[in-house]
Amino acid sequence: MKRVYPDKEYCIGCHLCELACITAHSKSKDLIIAFREERLKDGLDSCKKVFEKGDTCVAISCRHCDEPSCVAACISGGLHKDPETGRTVYDRNKCVGCWSCLMACPYGAIKRHPTESKIIKCDLCEGREEGPACVQACPNGALKFEERD
Amino acid sequence: MLFQPINKNYHEFCIDRDPDLCINCKVCVRQCSYEAHYWDETRQKVMHDNTKCVGCHRCEALCPTSALNIRNKPSDFRTNNLWRPVFLQNIYKQADTGGVLLAGMGSPVDIPVYWDRMLLDASQVTNPSIDPLREPMELKTFLGAKPRKLDFSVNKKTGKAKLKTKLTPQLELDVPIMFAAMSFGAINFNLHRAMARAATETGTFYNTGEGGLHKSLYKYGDHTIVQVASGRFGVHRDYLKAGAAIEIKVGQGAKPGIGGHLPGEKINDKVSETRMVPIGSDAISPAPHHDIYSIEDLLQLIYALKEASEYKSPVSVKIAAVHNVAAIASGIARAGADIITIDGMRGGTGAAPAMIRDNVGIPIELALSQVDQRLRDEGIRNNVSVVAAGGIRCSGDVIKAIALGADAVYIGTATLIAVGCTICGRCYTGKCPWGIATNDTKLSKRQNPDIAAKKLANLIRAWGHEIEEMLGGMGLNSIESLRGNRDKLRGVGISDTELDILGIKHAGR
Amino acid sequence: MKYVIIGNGIASIGAIEGIRKVDAENEILVIGAEDSPAYGRPLISYLLAGKIGPERLALRPQEFYEKSNVSLKLGTRVIAIDTKKKIVATDKGETLEYENLLIATGGIPFTPPIPGSDGADVYNFTNLAHAQTLISKAKEIKRAVVIGGGLIGLKAGESLFDRGVEVTILELSPRILSLAFDENAASLAGTRLEEVGLHVRCGVSAKEIQRDAEGSLKGVHLTDGDFLQCDVVVIAIGVVPNYDLAKKSGIGVDRGIKVDDHMRTTAEGVFAAGDVAQARDLLFREDRVIPIWTNAYNQGFCAGKNMAGRDITFTGSLAMNSISFYGLPTISVGTVNPPEDDDAYEVAAFLDEKKRSYRKLVFHNDHLVGYVLVGDIDMAGMYTAFVKFQMPVPEDAKKQILAGEPDVLMWPDDFFKDTWNPGVVEPD
Repeated sequence: MKRVYPDKEYCIGCHLCELACITAHSKSKDLIIAFREERLKDGLDSCKKVFEKGDTCVAISCRHCDEPSCVAACISGGLHKDPETGRTVYDRNKCVGCWSCLMACPYGAIKRHPTESKIIKCDLCEGREEGPACVQACPNGALKFEERD
Repeated sequence: MLFQPINKNYHEFCIDRDPDLCINCKVCVRQCSYEAHYWDETRQKVMHDNTKCVGCHRCEALCPTSALNIRNKPSDFRTNNLWRPVFLQNIYKQADTGGVLLAGMGSPVDIPVYWDRMLLDASQVTNPSIDPLREPMELKTFLGAKPRKLDFSVNKKTGKAKLKTKLTPQLELDVPIMFAAMSFGAINFNLHRAMARAATETGTFYNTGEGGLHKSLYKYGDHTIVQVASGRFGVHRDYLKAGAAIEIKVGQGAKPGIGGHLPGEKINDKVSETRMVPIGSDAISPAPHHDIYSIEDLLQLIYALKEASEYKSPVSVKIAAVHNVAAIASGIARAGADIITIDGMRGGTGAAPAMIRDNVGIPIELALSQVDQRLRDEGIRNNVSVVAAGGIRCSGDVIKAIALGADAVYIGTATLIAVGCTICGRCYTGKCPWGIATNDTKLSKRQNPDIAAKKLANLIRAWGHEIEEMLGGMGLNSIESLRGNRDKLRGVGISDTELDILGIKHAGR
Repeated sequence: MKYVIIGNGIASIGAIEGIRKVDAENEILVIGAEDSPAYGRPLISYLLAGKIGPERLALRPQEFYEKSNVSLKLGTRVIAIDTKKKIVATDKGETLEYENLLIATGGIPFTPPIPGSDGADVYNFTNLAHAQTLISKAKEIKRAVVIGGGLIGLKAGESLFDRGVEVTILELSPRILSLAFDENAASLAGTRLEEVGLHVRCGVSAKEIQRDAEGSLKGVHLTDGDFLQCDVVVIAIGVVPNYDLAKKSGIGVDRGIKVDDHMRTTAEGVFAAGDVAQARDLLFREDRVIPIWTNAYNQGFCAGKNMAGRDITFTGSLAMNSISFYGLPTISVGTVNPPEDDDAYEVAAFLDEKKRSYRKLVFHNDHLVGYVLVGDIDMAGMYTAFVKFQMPVPEDAKKQILAGEPDVLMWPDDFFKDTWNPGVVEPD
């Protein structure tokens, strides 16, 4: 399956991927409204985390692991593996906010929703024609969306 | 501003931030290596300090809401055609620092650009034009000494002819455009990788500059010209053999008559390893080669290098375009060089004293036409190829240079612009926000060699297509037919003397 | 039948998904004692609290079983396994053949012998039926006593409290959450519960459950002499492996069903997983019963793959708990209460009582082997990485971890690349 692969050699730490992510997951699909209003009002947050250490940085998000720890840890059935697409799918309606996935995922790819007992996790911008927004926004080719194996 | 010298406020640029668009996302803060943008804890918003802006436009380019515009500061000094603002600003600066004014990139001063004063011909009715999409169009160019005549022997049994004349080594270019010498150190490794890959992909060459060649790039050697300059940085036997040609750098268009100085801050481990100088120490190239004081000395070095490369690599000599350039070129040709590179005064630099950059040398157009003419007059034009450099901005400039007598051109500044350079001219600070003229890993990784190589290859291909179009328009199907063909050029709005030097007629004639 | 699974909990789900990773065709039969399809057992506290409805209990959508070609036999108990003939017998009188059998019967509540505990209104709190009974009675209950201040006890208490019941939780040891958490974390959690209005009493337990002449529950006599009036008692001391079936079928058991590193029991073709199994522990390198959700799934998954013919080694169980008390999240992973006399362990703890934030990190030599987070749990996964992948923590990285800022860039370079950006080789 196609996944998002971050390249720390060329990640420039601009955080544009995060902005693209919140725009793609916003109601308005407008960065300015999403960032200024939806972020504060609805707790809209990016699925990506940018880590920086010295000169190195990297933007990570859910790896959609073949055998994900989060699914193993999920007590509510809110996370499961779609056998057809290979994606690790999150069903927000089933989630009870127990944070087991957040604890179990050793990749640190799951965030708490800022205002609700829900999680925020990459869905690979499902349904978005151009593919994941973060990849499209990366100005330096440090995020690749491709099939590898 | 408080606590600053008064003239700090005579800065060049203003950052316009549209409050309706700015979302305080800090992208600009993270991008600006000069810290012109900053997060103001007290106000809880992104602010900026105009005095720090160098006008590189990196923030503007990455601002996701297009909230930023970088403008020239509108403030005017009283109009004075003699004491233009730049002189005032320079004097203020020097009165504060007591130092030499440093500058980066090519000279911005207002001297005539003859490319813009020359026009190309096109065929009408007779000698019809050629459509390059339908007919073959030859841009292939060979750099190196050409034989005066060719001898053949005929095999009596088979009747087949065989070339008897021994040819000297040649560089084979698919397009007459090469990436100019920009040293590893002045620009970073990622761009060297990009140039190496792009040159290989497009069938042309890139020049290492005087900083040596990192071993991991030896595999691109067939498309590499290795340079030997006065500092001899990174020069050793393997290096000389690693490239397809060797270039002796005598002078540079942006700073004729002086050497170079790569500040210690730019010497990281990789640069150190490649240049063979200690990490953090300044790498100083002397003004002259200490072993060249005459054409005869130059001859010795040329042949020493030919010997070192077992006569497999053509040897080029690069000089800055100066007053007696034609006579110097003649001497170089006679000293045994295979290629002469002439670098005009608008050529770029990573760092040069501004006074030298802006006041020394001559434009490439005049130098090129004079060198070509002189070599023809002396009957030695075929002994050498001539490469023109310094201020080639588009394929139109390339084709005009070839019509004026160049075999090929080097592009340096255009190469950097292709990967984002906005000619802000602060290369010497080592803080290039575009990740070009810097070895700071945080900045240099802004150049992803995959992307940069693609852009460079695109540029070469695009210019190649345009050259084919223009050649076809002139009814020519080979770049060879245009070389030194000044009848295809006409001047506009220039004096008889200039026309005479360029060797062209005025438009209308 | 190619695959038979006894038990219908999370280990069973793991096994189905494990089998289907390898074998998409052969039929799977799941025999479950409870009537409902597999549900999230920890969800019963959410159900009791009224936070979710019964429709949200199912772990997988109905079509999961169809799509996975699984037949379910619910409300059915297996009463015997003949490991020679490879047959299981059910309480419905059926005998079923198996090629590969998984015993995933989970745990059963441990009930200590308390006088008066036999009779009405004394409950456990480990399955859906318990929750449903308590819900149906909640309106009549005024006061409840929960025996056991572990995770289940506290969640049971919290849920009853949310139903409007006055709750007292009894914990025999000096503090609640003595297994998974340490004193500081327990104190923050306890404070939070007290603040909301639950009563937590440590160092005491129930001596006797008082009933009147009709046998109706009246209250609980405590070991310290107090008497607590109440309408129900919930016993939530813990669970023990439900291995009787295996034991009487001649399958090797110790504290749980003994399994090797492939989740195989001592009987050929019989596997065990989940709370009933005694499997290898990741950190201690010895076999233990760790009745933890994630382990159950992982063991089931591993067993499933091996049942389907793969050769998969179980990486080892890792204790981990994530639980919130009225908005105060707590997480504990790995070894959190190391032996005090062992110098190889080093503990770093940061407590901010005002902010209700606590971070405890346990190092063994140069490895992170466990941690506790209370309040600020957002970086949990990053700590888990160090525990789970057993990456050494160099001195400079340690500083960063201690500062509460672990991240992926601290990983060894090769491991980072293999994980995040595999297969990329720069040409020069």
